Amino acid sequence: MKPVIKLVVAILPVLMIVGCGGDKAVEEEAAAGQEVTVDSGATTGDSVSGTRLDEGAADSAISTGVDDAAATIEEVIDDTDASAALLSERKIYFDFDRSEIKPEFREVLSAHANYLASNPNVSLAIEGHCDERGTREYNMALGERRAFSVKQFLSLQGVSNDQIRTVSFGEERPDVEGHDDSAWKWNRRAVFVYAE
Amino acid sequence: MRLQSDQIVVESKFKGVGLIKKLAFIFMLCVFGGGKAFAALTIEITEGVSDALPIAIVPFKWLGKDESPAAIITEVINANLARTGLFAPLEEINLVAKPYKTQHINYKNWRMIDIPNLVIGRVQPAGEGTFNIEFGLYDVYRQKYITGYRYGAKTTQFRKIAHKISDIIHEELLGIKGAFDTQIVYIKKFPNSDEKPYRLYLSDADTYNEQEIMRHNWPIFSPTWSPDDSKIAFAMAGSHGQSIFLFDISKGDRPKRATDRKHKASAPSWSPDGKKLAMQVLKNGSADIYVMEIESRKMKRITRHWSIDAEPAWSPTGEQIVFTSERGGSPQLYEYRFDSGKINRLTFKGKQNLRASFSPDGKLITFVHLSQISGYNVAVMDLSTKQMRILTDSSKGESEHESPSFAPNGGMVIYAANYAQKGKQGKKTGLVAVSVDGNVQQHFVDTGVGEVREPAWSSYLD
Repeated sequence: MKPVIKLVVAILPVLMIVGCGGDKAVEEEAAAGQEVTVDSGATTGDSVSGTRLDEGAADSAISTGVDDAAATIEEVIDDTDASAALLSERKIYFDFDRSEIKPEFREVLSAHANYLASNPNVSLAIEGHCDERGTREYNMALGERRAFSVKQFLSLQGVSNDQIRTVSFGEERPDVEGHDDSAWKWNRRAVFVYAE
Repeated sequence: MRLQSDQIVVESKFKGVGLIKKLAFIFMLCVFGGGKAFAALTIEITEGVSDALPIAIVPFKWLGKDESPAAIITEVINANLARTGLFAPLEEINLVAKPYKTQHINYKNWRMIDIPNLVIGRVQPAGEGTFNIEFGLYDVYRQKYITGYRYGAKTTQFRKIAHKISDIIHEELLGIKGAFDTQIVYIKKFPNSDEKPYRLYLSDADTYNEQEIMRHNWPIFSPTWSPDDSKIAFAMAGSHGQSIFLFDISKGDRPKRATDRKHKASAPSWSPDGKKLAMQVLKNGSADIYVMEIESRKMKRITRHWSIDAEPAWSPTGEQIVFTSERGGSPQLYEYRFDSGKINRLTFKGKQNLRASFSPDGKLITFVHLSQISGYNVAVMDLSTKQMRILTDSSKGESEHESPSFAPNGGMVIYAANYAQKGKQGKKTGLVAVSVDGNVQQHFVDTGVGEVREPAWSSYLD
C-alpha cells in the first residue's frame, strides 16, 4: 500500500463511547460513559443503579443518544471519552501475508497518534506478530513489516519517530492457541505497548 | 545399561495398489525406561523396496563371561540400514547360521537364500570396562571378505560404534557414505513452561542421546552448523529485536553474541570457509540480506529492495546465496550470484516457496513449498534443471512441514512435522527424515511435551 494517508478524522459512530476501560488514566471516565449509555437505553430509567455521574457527562452522552446531528457528534469526538475508548484498543489485525493497515483500524491508530503527538514524552513499542503458517524467519520479517506500517501511519500523523520503536516476534507469541483461522486471525496482529 | 531394554518390533504390511506395488513397512522402535530418544520411531516405505539390497547381520558373538552387552550393536545396525529403504536386513529368525569368524562362514548356506552380503562380528572384554568390537563384511557370491574393523569402546559408545559400522557397510555396498554417525541440532519449545521454554538440543541422527545444550526465555531459532561442525550459529529474539549468537560446542563455552545489538539480525547461514555469515537484517520495516565477516563484524549489504528478502542459504560451492523474497508479490526463492551480482528467480510453481537449504554438493536445494491446494510441504529442486519435486504430503495427518535440512551424504532430508490435533491445544510434533526420491520416510515422533522444531543435520563427525 502506498501510504498516502491524509487522515480524515472519521465521524465516529455514537456507539464508540461504549468503550471498555483499559488505560488507567481514563478508566473512570470511560466507565462513566458506559453507564450513561445503559441508562439512556433503559426507557423506564429506574433499573440502573451504580456510578453516580456528574451532570455534564450525563448531558452530552444522553443528547448524542437521542440526537445524531453532526454538530453534537463532533463534540463527542472531542470528548476524552471517545478517544479513551479508542486508546484502550491496543491491538490491530492483518490479513494473511499482508502488512497494510485495514481501514477499520484507522480510527484506533489516529487516537494513538493524537495521544502520542500531544504527549511527546510518552514512548511506544509496536510489536508485530504473525500466525503460525509459513516459515519462522519469514514471519519474523513479516512481523517487523506489520509493526513498521503502524509506525509509518503514526508518524504521518505527526508522531515523532523517536517515540516509536518496532519489534517483531514473528509467529513465536500467538495470542490464541489453535491451528485454524479462528485462532490465526487473532494472531496476525500489531500490539501497542506503552512504556510505563 | 538403559539401552539394553530397547526392543525392536518389526511388522510388515503388503498392499497392492494398481500397477505400483506399494509397500508399507512399519518399524517400531520402542524405548522403555526413559531412554533419551524420541519415544517412537515409525518407518514408512512407500515405494522402491524391491530394489532394496538384502543383507544378513548376524548378532555379534559375545566372548565374555557376564551378561552380554553386545545385542545393541546389531540392533542399531539393523535399524539404521532398514530405515534408509536401500537395504533389506534379514530378520534374525531367518538367519541360517550364526558364524562369528571368517572360517566359520559357509557361503553356500547364504547363497541358497539369496543373501548377497553378510556381516558378522564379535565383542570381547578388554578390561577396565572396555571392549574390543570386531566386524567383517563379506560378499557371499564371490566368497570374499570385503572389509572389517576393530574398535575399542565402552558400552556407552556402542551406539556410536554401530553407527560407524553402518556407515562403512553403506559405503562399501552402495558407493556412498552413510549418514549414521552424525548429529542433529534442533529447538524445542515447552509451551506450558514458564521457566525458559526455549531449548536447544543435540542428538544422534536417530534422535538417541539427546542432550539439552541451552535454554532461554526468549525465542531461540534458526540453528545451523558451521562447516567444520565446531560451532552452532542461531538467532534469538528479544525485546529490542533479534541477534545472532555463536555457540562453540567443541569448547563448551557459553553462546556469544555475534551481531551488534543495533542490527535486527537473524537467519544465519555460514560461508563455506566458516569466516562469514549471511543473514537477514530488519531495517525500516524491510528485511534484506547481508553478509558479515565474523571476526570484524563488518557488514556488506547484498540485497536492496523494499520487499522482504529473508532466509539466506549460502551454497557450499560459494557461488551463490539462495533466499526468500516477496518482491514478486508472494514469497518465492531467488538466487544472488557472487560473480555477476545478479538476482534470478528460481521458483515459479506454488503459492509460496521458502527457506531454502543446500545439499552438501551444492546441486540441490530443499525448501518449504505451499501449493494451491495443499498445506506446507517439503520440496527439492535440482538447480541445473530447475526441476522441483515435492517429497511429502501434508494432507496425510501432518498439518505442516517445515525446516528441511540435508543429510551430509545428500541422500535424505530431515524436517519438522506438526501433526494435526483437532480441538487440542498445543502441538504433537516430530522429526521426519525422507529420502531425496521421496520413497522412504522415517518418523521420529516426539511423545514429550516439547514442540520440536528446526532440525539441522551435521556433516561427518570425526
